[in-house]
Amino acid sequence: MSEFLKVRNFSCGYRDKFVLEDIDFTLKKGTMFGIIGPNGSGKTTLFKGINGELKARSGSVILNDRKIGEMSYRERARSIAVVAQHIHATDITVEDYVLMGRLPHREKYQLFESTEDYHIAHHFMHLTHVYHLKDTYMSRISGGEQQLANIARALTQQPDLLLLDEPTSHLDITHQVQILNLIQKLNEEMKLTVLMIIHDLNLAGEYCNHLLMLNKGRIFKQGSPDEVLNYQVIEDGYDTVVVVRPNPVSGNPAVFLVSDKVLKQKDK
Amino acid sequence: MNTDPGAEKIRSRKFSRWFLFLVVLFVLSGVAFLIGLNTGEMDISLWEIPGILRSGEGLEYTVLYQIRLPRIILGLAVGGGLSLSGAILQGIYRNPLVEPFTLGISGGAALGVALAIVFALPLAFGSYVLPAAGFSGALLAIFLVYNLGIRQGQINVNNMLLIGVMVSFVSSALMMLLMSLTTAENLHSIVFWMMGSLDEPDRTLIRFTVIISVASLIVSLFFFRSLNALRLGETDARHLGINTELSIRVMFVIASLLAGVCVAAAGVIGFVGLVIPHLVRILAGSDYRMLLPGSFLGGGIFLVLCDAIARTIIAPNELPIGVITGIVGGVMFILFLSRSGTSLKMS
Repeated sequence: MSEFLKVRNFSCGYRDKFVLEDIDFTLKKGTMFGIIGPNGSGKTTLFKGINGELKARSGSVILNDRKIGEMSYRERARSIAVVAQHIHATDITVEDYVLMGRLPHREKYQLFESTEDYHIAHHFMHLTHVYHLKDTYMSRISGGEQQLANIARALTQQPDLLLLDEPTSHLDITHQVQILNLIQKLNEEMKLTVLMIIHDLNLAGEYCNHLLMLNKGRIFKQGSPDEVLNYQVIEDGYDTVVVVRPNPVSGNPAVFLVSDKVLKQKDK
Repeated sequence: MNTDPGAEKIRSRKFSRWFLFLVVLFVLSGVAFLIGLNTGEMDISLWEIPGILRSGEGLEYTVLYQIRLPRIILGLAVGGGLSLSGAILQGIYRNPLVEPFTLGISGGAALGVALAIVFALPLAFGSYVLPAAGFSGALLAIFLVYNLGIRQGQINVNNMLLIGVMVSFVSSALMMLLMSLTTAENLHSIVFWMMGSLDEPDRTLIRFTVIISVASLIVSLFFFRSLNALRLGETDARHLGINTELSIRVMFVIASLLAGVCVAAAGVIGFVGLVIPHLVRILAGSDYRMLLPGSFLGGGIFLVLCDAIARTIIAPNELPIGVITGIVGGVMFILFLSRSGTSLKMS
């Protein structure tokens, strides 16, 4: 049971285009797992493979001893919640939007949400601090608030596994930290297993307890942040010169970039 | 889970608001029904109507029972059907401009009818030929849009939409070709059919249309979950446990067959399918549990009232109902949009 999500010799991809190969890793229950890697390395493809959007070409993704590919959409939505990067900002109130997370739990012919559904949705709206926006349209709130509502909806699904696709991209540092702190709190207090694609290596090092780096459709390196966020690994994986130092407060690895000009001066 | 005493109140307030909205629409349907019975060339006062219907004889009875009643019933079914079809199609295409006619359904039907008239089929085979030809034309258009819209085994709504628009253009070009080659008499019949009318003497056809309309409403209600989730986009809907591929296919077939039946029965009546679902969205929100029955009732009310205007405004002559739905619907809609300051609520 502690081996909660197993990805075994997994391969998937798009029609005669990009392919992921030999993906093999295990996610323990309660991990905060980060997928990193340069653009085009297959992060999103892997994400789609895990949530069942893309079919496996070989190998399998097994969640709680069941193959993802053999689960119905509804079963999948009960155990995996996805926070996508882009939100269709629609004319639907935040409350109704979050309540949509109860859809996979609704009985087949149940027309109305139960009071229980409302309780769950309100609980997570309070937790993500969007309750005061409940009667506002999704299209009228800021990007950061939309992301919070999106997370509230995913939590309302009461999943075993939360998948997030770059939850902090396009957000200012206030919201980046607010959202990652929230996810960390859920991970620790609710023992929610989290798997996220994260672009920012510093945030990845600060918040995740396990990292997987992809490169050209294969696993390049996986392990603890200290193992993966090593300057040599990053320089090979990203083909970029970096300096890694521990964060002075948390001690987690922090990545610094250096401009070409400075590098040349140093060389002399 | 923290207890939250407000939840029950919020929940019941939402559902009672919907209930109230539906009750109002039911009452308005009744009003439209009575207005429909009351208007026409012959002056029959509202208070006399129960008596006349009970007596079961006389000229007034014939007018009410044989002429006005079938018209109203057909109006409710066709208006409801077109509007329901528009609401569903806007939902699966996530596009506010889609209605049954954008997708070439009416174009196909009109072409079918024009062909039947040009080849004098009604003279040879009787009165069922025109609706049958219209429905066949609609079916052909639906078949083209559906099959060409599937790429690599998966349905692609944007493709379908573009193909629908093209089917619509091609059929209107072919229509013009037919109209330019045919006799003046045929031309008149084609134009008359195209403008739409609720004047349908055949009871079987009316019954059939009513059954299809109501059945489509019931079936589509079973898909409220999918339609609601699709407001968030296809990917998000799948993440919420919806089999979007299946839902879109089934909903497309139901909505377009329904539109085909309505067009075959009453001709090309534009605008109902576009305007009414948007009005309901503005008034009651975009939740399909409300939107489907709301659009159905609203479309019926709208069409019956438009028909009452069409019958009386230049009495003893009658205007094509398409003229009235276009003018009334368009003006009403522009007013609504500019007054309420809302944008099209498409979700």
